[in-house]
Amino acid sequence: MSSTTTAGTATPKRQFDLGAILLEGRAFIALIALIIIFSLISDAYLTLPNLITMTRHVAMNAILAIGMLFVILKGGIDLSVGSTVGLSGVVAGVLLQGLRIDSLNVVLYPAVWVVVLCSLVVGSLVGLINGILVTRFNVAPFIATLGMLYIARGAALLISNGSTYPRLQGEQTLGNTGFNLIGGGRLLGIPMAIWIMIVFAVIALIVLRTTPFGRWVYATGGNERAADLSGVPTRRVKMSVYVISGFCAATAGLIISSELTAAAPQTGESFELNAIAAVVIGGAALTGGRGNVRGVLLGAFVIGFLSDGLVIVGVSTFWQVTIKGAVIILAVMLDQAQQKITRNKNAALASSSKVPPTDSTPTGSSATHEPETDVTTPVGRS
Amino acid sequence: MTPEVIAGAGTHDNVVMRAVGITKTYGATRALKGVDFEIRRGTVTVLFGENGAGKSTLMKILSGVELPTSGTLELDGESLHLRNTVEAVDKGIAIIHQELSLAPNLSIQDNIFMGRERARGGLFIDTRTQSALTTELLERLEEPLDPRTLVADLRLGQQQVVEIARALAGEARVLIMDEPTSALSGSEVEVLFGVIRDLTSRGVAIVYISHHLEEALELADHAVVFRDGSLVARGDRHEIDINWVISNMVGRNSEDLNPDLLDTFGEPVLEIDGVSVADPSNSSRLSVDHLDLTVRAGEIVCLYGLMGAGRTELLEAVAGRLPIRTGDVRLKGSSVKGLDVRQRITRGLALVPEDRQRDGLVQTMSVGQNMSLASLLDFVKGGFLRRGPEKRSIEDGVRDVRVKTAGPGASITSLSGGNQQKVVIGKVLMTNPDVLLLDEPTRGIDVGAKAEIFALMAREARRGLGVLFATSEIGEALGAANRIIVMSKGRIVREFDPRTAHRDDVMVASGESQQDQEEKAAQR
Repeated sequence: MSSTTTAGTATPKRQFDLGAILLEGRAFIALIALIIIFSLISDAYLTLPNLITMTRHVAMNAILAIGMLFVILKGGIDLSVGSTVGLSGVVAGVLLQGLRIDSLNVVLYPAVWVVVLCSLVVGSLVGLINGILVTRFNVAPFIATLGMLYIARGAALLISNGSTYPRLQGEQTLGNTGFNLIGGGRLLGIPMAIWIMIVFAVIALIVLRTTPFGRWVYATGGNERAADLSGVPTRRVKMSVYVISGFCAATAGLIISSELTAAAPQTGESFELNAIAAVVIGGAALTGGRGNVRGVLLGAFVIGFLSDGLVIVGVSTFWQVTIKGAVIILAVMLDQAQQKITRNKNAALASSSKVPPTDSTPTGSSATHEPETDVTTPVGRS
Repeated sequence: MTPEVIAGAGTHDNVVMRAVGITKTYGATRALKGVDFEIRRGTVTVLFGENGAGKSTLMKILSGVELPTSGTLELDGESLHLRNTVEAVDKGIAIIHQELSLAPNLSIQDNIFMGRERARGGLFIDTRTQSALTTELLERLEEPLDPRTLVADLRLGQQQVVEIARALAGEARVLIMDEPTSALSGSEVEVLFGVIRDLTSRGVAIVYISHHLEEALELADHAVVFRDGSLVARGDRHEIDINWVISNMVGRNSEDLNPDLLDTFGEPVLEIDGVSVADPSNSSRLSVDHLDLTVRAGEIVCLYGLMGAGRTELLEAVAGRLPIRTGDVRLKGSSVKGLDVRQRITRGLALVPEDRQRDGLVQTMSVGQNMSLASLLDFVKGGFLRRGPEKRSIEDGVRDVRVKTAGPGASITSLSGGNQQKVVIGKVLMTNPDVLLLDEPTRGIDVGAKAEIFALMAREARRGLGVLFATSEIGEALGAANRIIVMSKGRIVREFDPRTAHRDDVMVASGESQQDQEEKAAQR
């Protein structure tokens, strides 16, 4: 269902079915319910400053999750994003602290935009390596990105020698100030991190819905062989989604190190799991081909607002993680229920000889007489 | 040996299982409308009917997969309530599904005893007993394999035998076979038929479903025909022939199913020149061996041959899916060598693949998205897809190939097999090809939809396309093509004009066994 709404042409009108609507809008309903419950318990929850703070937290995960969405839509997974967050921060840190070139006996202080560019390139490179491993060497995405999880983390630790780069705000005399604005700055009273999330979401939405590349991602994830035979450049698509994910991870890494004006090589540990959780709560299928940006944002908000809410109302951290786990499992269970309903509906349609009464297009009536149906499609068989 | 003599079929005393007044509704859809059906000891009952006519639904009810909405089942004259397949197997009712349900990573014996392992002390699998029983079963089925062989290492036909052995391991009295031959070669089908005859001589009742009408007629002791959820006709062996089946299935004669073909053609559009293709699973062997073939504009050429003759490999190599080892393929005079699938599609060469589910459709996408997938770049302006033109083209395409759907936004899985195949063909036609390649375009779809697909092919040929299609059904080769090319072991062995060709000659040329064609001849 979600694929038709994401990249769809006309969606057929549906009969009014409250259960189905509740099930489909469950992530949104869950988010509203969370807000209501927490605002009843704590007066501090539903205030503008708090909402902005929480959304800033959400933004970090949402940016990672948007990248992750591309990979999961393709039918892969990217476990390396957390490490890439750390690595890109460290790259920014080392450049802002000054790049010492001993042979020339100089210290280079690149401008902030160069620093940002370098970090993004490094993040994209991690993605590119993932992509090459998956497409050229046929390493399973789980394994390839698991390996890169360690390698990128190791690289971050090696570059920084395990220590944190402090004071990244730069110095006026060196001409490298302004880095702290990426995560700390505000535009119209709203933190930059939130703006970046919005920009990324809009771009992802446009790419997935209105470009051939977006359609190709869905097609490759849905059935790679069929996409391949239809002329879809599946290799390039697969390669690209990992680069996108690496780029998003690097962006998140920049935001975090800018916000803290410090870059630690340990930053981003287990972030990949939060990103995957957001994508999954948003209704994407880990098998590929199904999911959308709206769902991912909702998923990220549910996780973020839940975690922060639990902190605000004073629930112990031990309970926080437990509840988060339960929410993820519940989300997937509900998703399975919805999938089952959809599958049954399609199977019933496929094995019925009638065109469904919801038909509103002229195309449905063009074939009139043949009593022709099929129960041999996989979904029709149980 | 004829089953009638042994089992005395035709007398009601021999009824093993009976279904009375079975109805089944799914939501507002009535899949079965009060069907009465009998299965008799030691006979083969063949079910005919288009997809969705109710055959498979009835079989699911008989085998405990589904419960009837109303109506009763009887076994040996006693009322029977099946709640699940395990109960059905316990009562001796087994079903072999269309798609094999074996675990390829396990051995033959592990598969046969899957779910009912013989265990010592309820803990440890008794490998020796399982092995001995498996050997015994396989010998009975004339397929003496080592029970420890991995299923993945077996040929498809052998896997089918294992599937049957598994059904027999539960001491089946009623064995339901749903399209068991769709994956088998001619000689493997022969073995299967031998097994079926052996089973009936032991008193097992067989219910057999196949889209391959001639093949099913060869087996039938009784036949019943389903249409729109009702049982519309029944007959004994001597009363039925292929026209009886088809006219009852679709309410018209089989002659109407053949399309109008052109008899004058234009310039050569596809030239296959000394093409060799390596076997994808064993690159030291050639699947296609220095093959020459020319298809002209407006011409429909049929590649007829057995499974493994190299038809699929040839078509996939021409389409750019498999690499060409030697020779050249020219499209309208210019070589397509070195071009990938997409570039060949752009040049006007498109393939409708053999396996619709695996290679043809993206199941997670809508009807419309599947239709436009291969021609997506035609709708791009400034890097973005233009929804309006795309939607209009999709709607035109849906109308053009007559897909029966609720709309372009409907899920592809909500379509029947025949309509799904029309979507795949529509997708290919939207790329404006000059040459249309189709690999077994009618596999697993019913007679009515088959006729529509052949009519589509004929229409496209009249529009000036060259059409090359592969089939293993002799009726299709004779009825739907201008020229029949018989392939065997990667080479062209003979060429026929379908207007003058004798079906036996075509089959002999393809290498179908002598016995095979004698039986088919006797059947007519």
